[in-house]
Amino acid sequence: MEDERDRNSASSVTLTVPSHPKYLYVVRSALYPLILDAGFPKKEARRIVLAVDEACSNIIRYAYSGDPAKTITVTVEDHTERFAVRLRDFGRKVDRAEISPRDLKDVRPGGLGTHFMQAAFDTVDYDTSQGQGTLLTLEKKKQRVKA
Amino acid sequence: MNVEITMEKIGAGHLMRLKGDVDMNTSPDVRNSLGDVFRQGGSKALLINLSGVRYMDSSGIATLVEAMQNCMKQGMKLRLVELSPSVRDVFELARLSSIFEIFPNASEASAGL
Repeated sequence: MEDERDRNSASSVTLTVPSHPKYLYVVRSALYPLILDAGFPKKEARRIVLAVDEACSNIIRYAYSGDPAKTITVTVEDHTERFAVRLRDFGRKVDRAEISPRDLKDVRPGGLGTHFMQAAFDTVDYDTSQGQGTLLTLEKKKQRVKA
Repeated sequence: MNVEITMEKIGAGHLMRLKGDVDMNTSPDVRNSLGDVFRQGGSKALLINLSGVRYMDSSGIATLVEAMQNCMKQGMKLRLVELSPSVRDVFELARLSSIFEIFPNASEASAGL
């Protein structure tokens, strides 16, 4: 169960960008300092940025089939115990059966985005129950810093 | 955000330098430049300097994997040079460091070509 204190302590930033690949860097640029502010080290921050960037790319490619005139809403939540990024699209719903990270020994172009998301976050959850589109929630627990 | 692409002839091969972000938006430009090299033919090696790459995503990796496959088809060597920390990190995540020939600098990469 989510801790009441954790929920109340959240700071939240929301960014809506057009579904054109040229705006991916805007998401990356906004996200990186927020991850550092949340206390993650630089290498981990880079991996979180990569995972969110891949999630946005998948939305553009699959949910919107490359249509640049749609929108992606990215909400970043910094809680006491965890860090969460929610990505909302209004395109074709994700088919969970189609999502699986590929075997890394199978060297070929493509198929790495899901692997990067699972490597960076503890939880990767696709919610298709909210009318049109998909709400993807990526969550990562924070490491407790020893005193 | 753009990627700067420069290509120069070195001996019997080509050296491509990339600077900026290689992502879903810019990797088609990189793929087109690589396509020019493969269409021209006659090159024995392709060196790609990645020291100026600030960011690379899976589409950038896919572009390099395609380049590796095209080099193999044409009997060319593909050598990656001076991986930036962010590229090194994404290679580590994708476990690609042992798949590509990676060199710390251009002079070592062009040795024996």
